[in-house]
Amino acid sequence: MTFPESTVAKDRYAMGLADLLEHWPVVRQLRDGDPLGLGPAVQSQRSKTLTPRIDEAEHVVQSICPYCAVGCGQLVYVKDGEITHIEGDPASPVSRGRLCPKGQASRSYAQSPLREYKVKYRRPYGTQWEELSLDDAMEMIAQRIIDTRAANWQDKTDDGKPANRTMAIGNLGGATLDNEENYLIKKLMTGLGIVQVENQARI
Amino acid sequence: MGSNMAENHPVGFQWVMEARERGAKVIHVDPRFTRTSAMATKWVGIRPGSDIAFLGGVVNYILQNELYFREYVEHYTNAPVIIDEAYVDTEDADGLFSGWDPEQGQYDVTTWSYEGMETHGAAGQREEGYSPKGEQSGHGGHGGGLKHGEPPSEDPELTHPRCVFQILKRHYQRYTPEFVAETCGVSVEDFAYVCEALVQNSGRERTSAFCYAVGWTQHTVGVQYIRTAAIIQQLLGNMGRPGGGIMALRGHASIQGSTDIPTLYNILPGYLPMPHTENYGSFDNFVQANVAPTGWWGNFEEYWVSLMCAYFGPEASSENDWLFDHLPRIDDDNSVYWTLEQMLDGKVRGYIVAGENPAVGNANGKAHRLAFANLDWMVVRDVVEIESASWWYDSPEIESGELKTEEIPTEIFFMPAATHTEKDGSFTNTQRLLQWHWQAVEPKQDCRSELWFYFHLGRMIKSKLKDSQEPRDLLINKLHWDYPTHSAIREPSAETILKEIGGYEVESGEPLPGYKKLKSDGSTACGCWIYAGCYQNGINQPARKKPHWEQDTHVAPEWAWAWPANRRIIYNRASADPEGNPWSERKKYVYWNGEQETWEGIDTPDFDETKPPDYVPPDDAKGPDAIAGDHPFIMQSDGRSWLYVPQGLEDGPLPTHYEPQESPFDNPLYSQRANPRRQQHKDADWDPYNPIEGEPGFELFPHVLTTYRLTEHHTAGGMTRSIPYLAELQPAFFCEVSPELAEEAGLENGGWATVYTSRSAVEARVLVTRRMKPQTVRGRVTHTVGLPYHWGQRLLTAGDTANDLLHAALDPNVHIMETKAQTCGIRAGRRPRGKALTEFVESLRAQTEKTRPEPEETRKT
Repeated sequence: MTFPESTVAKDRYAMGLADLLEHWPVVRQLRDGDPLGLGPAVQSQRSKTLTPRIDEAEHVVQSICPYCAVGCGQLVYVKDGEITHIEGDPASPVSRGRLCPKGQASRSYAQSPLREYKVKYRRPYGTQWEELSLDDAMEMIAQRIIDTRAANWQDKTDDGKPANRTMAIGNLGGATLDNEENYLIKKLMTGLGIVQVENQARI
Repeated sequence: MGSNMAENHPVGFQWVMEARERGAKVIHVDPRFTRTSAMATKWVGIRPGSDIAFLGGVVNYILQNELYFREYVEHYTNAPVIIDEAYVDTEDADGLFSGWDPEQGQYDVTTWSYEGMETHGAAGQREEGYSPKGEQSGHGGHGGGLKHGEPPSEDPELTHPRCVFQILKRHYQRYTPEFVAETCGVSVEDFAYVCEALVQNSGRERTSAFCYAVGWTQHTVGVQYIRTAAIIQQLLGNMGRPGGGIMALRGHASIQGSTDIPTLYNILPGYLPMPHTENYGSFDNFVQANVAPTGWWGNFEEYWVSLMCAYFGPEASSENDWLFDHLPRIDDDNSVYWTLEQMLDGKVRGYIVAGENPAVGNANGKAHRLAFANLDWMVVRDVVEIESASWWYDSPEIESGELKTEEIPTEIFFMPAATHTEKDGSFTNTQRLLQWHWQAVEPKQDCRSELWFYFHLGRMIKSKLKDSQEPRDLLINKLHWDYPTHSAIREPSAETILKEIGGYEVESGEPLPGYKKLKSDGSTACGCWIYAGCYQNGINQPARKKPHWEQDTHVAPEWAWAWPANRRIIYNRASADPEGNPWSERKKYVYWNGEQETWEGIDTPDFDETKPPDYVPPDDAKGPDAIAGDHPFIMQSDGRSWLYVPQGLEDGPLPTHYEPQESPFDNPLYSQRANPRRQQHKDADWDPYNPIEGEPGFELFPHVLTTYRLTEHHTAGGMTRSIPYLAELQPAFFCEVSPELAEEAGLENGGWATVYTSRSAVEARVLVTRRMKPQTVRGRVTHTVGLPYHWGQRLLTAGDTANDLLHAALDPNVHIMETKAQTCGIRAGRRPRGKALTEFVESLRAQTEKTRPEPEETRKT
């Protein structure tokens, strides 16, 4: 929010002496018992008109910080379908409204200038990324899994013990994901006979 | 210990600070002086890799001075239990326990058993020779010979020479204050301060807690680090009581959840074991191999069958053994580093990486990046293009010419992911609390949650295979995969999946109130038995957000939901004495109400609500009924906590000081230098180890290397190096060294240093600081070089990857690598670039490999 310069000048021009003194912070500091200028005396015309951006939020949802495992509560403020602010949730008995530098910066995590929004595809021996639709990518990945699995299936181990698996596919990651997501991953991979499912618990 | 809580769990640390303000002593034992040390009452600088020596010294202090909590130890731990006479301790076998098989490099654990017990609970029903290992060892399989839940031979006086208490005493008797000082590089006075503070703050009126993080787990003997703390806490009576315990400070939002509902190779939800390739013969044999005759694992079959009903719906039935014969089988180790080896060998063809950055975050990063180039295809899901997605055109190996983009056959799909604000779901935090986060906004363009990705992937695969008659497709076709979706992108309902996890009655679909209602007849389905009840009464329990100021107690039971059964402290029956009375008014928590004949308190009691403290199980009692009224540790087959672990660990029933894989020192206790059972990749050229003393080239790597995190960055950096504020706050990779080492190596503050090992060399800005303290260990000054490990090739702040320096020798129980204590060399200036980097590392290796002798007879590596 900016305060147009020309308006300021015009207002000043129209002011009387009392008004002018009122605009001098030292007067307000002495008059209002704020001699060090640490309180309301320092408020300027501009800062008087400022409102917290959370006031304009259309709704706020309760969330949990995505970084470490302390699990601090977050409040996510939304306007026009965009996150406008994330702050600590005072209701949480875990964190009592506090967030660390990472948690405080998590709006920038969701809105990072480096954030990727489109599928990127690198063909074998390719030298650059190419565009690919999400539908095509899903179709291709599903087919890769089916083909790799069929070509590398073990009914039994080399010494004849039951295996029911493929050792040619692995899935890595889970500690940054939700419980419900981890549940689907393990369930699907078990159904497919993919046993090399791992996550950050070993790092 | 093993944690820098103030910097890595800052908001959790507010409680430590509050306790300190109210008079608590806060002690930080750590190699570095960090902000945690600055806030502590006392900092003790310890040599990396020597924590068991330190903690073992505390055990010895407690035992020699008879300062243990006698009543607690006698009734609640296995201190009185008499051990098999064939057991031989490391103290009598120069660093090896009995049962060591040098050919196989592993232990036969038979002799570690309780006297008079079968080692394997149901050995007769298993395949000959099948010895389950580590986390696969079955739950409480050791319960085979327990009669009404009690071990056959006990000495309540704790004086029998083979009782656990006396074994413990002998095992640690050489861990004197002088030994601790010499081995750990600390003063006798500082060590005494820690011992006295712990003892003075434990007992009926007071409790002490340990907080640790991966500074303890990431060692070749990491599990035993935590075990040593557990021994102290049992001796001092600090388990199952408010203000006590051992707190694992975990680093990811749901790393606890992703272990409970695992994306891990060896377990299924609720710590049920994945079936092994060993032939069980039948489903019944599998159950017998895993069910514990006594204790809560006696209900193994109920948990298992309910999971299979959640997985396969009506397709699983008692007639088809709940599809047991079709389930995939695992080997002893199919963990991430095993997969890496297989990938390097060309055996893994496809890899899906979701929300993890192994090119930066895993030890020996170069091996991972080279392995990716052996894949046919790879899927990387993340919010930004992390190094694990860009390695094929932007990596140290591309720079050195070891990889050439146009020669890499790997097909790569980068799939943009949704953030926590763009999806519903629950994280399980480090204290087992399931906390729900609501979706705030829709994900844009191609961004999708993992819930969306895996659900639709499964749906498409099932659709493509639905007519297949191939035996391999039977299981996927029977998988229950029917979830409602919402919104324009057809996002699956996370709450429906939570309900499946929490369990429901098959016929009515009604959510279950808890795990006690699970049945083995197929009438209940439950996706994770320890989470049973998290959707009770049709209410999303993790989404409960009653503010703490509206709740009656500090326990705040109506904020979110803790597994199991919303218990905030597990084994809390131990907060009362054997008769069921609080140990003290001050530490009152859960206790027996004799009039109402029920357990009560400010938390959900972790005990049968109506089992009286004087309950003695009848001889034929099974499962939970076989646990006596004064035995709080109900998951154990004997209801006690284990000072001594007769079964379930790979590397010994008691923690023993071993040196790390790489260390400047020999083991002062034994000729056995390091953990004999540690996993090494000895024959692989991708994981060379720095020489130890006496081997050629030892002098090239004289310093101790340790890695860690910073407040402003998160793990491998994918979630923080992409944020302008954080990139500005911690803008560059750096190494921390002491002024003494800086002088010795000619390093200038703010200048460049090259740190190197047999694996690689990295360059970092130099931070000379007194916070890194040289330590005198056995008369020799040792320096530690500290490296934060967040950096990689890309994003807003880029830098060399500390993990490229690290080897991947592993803890044998959990296959975790040793990042916290390795060795390195350091010199001033930037590292060689491109091909010269490879040549530099090769020249180092040439100097170590030329005449490496067989280990001397007097020292076993």
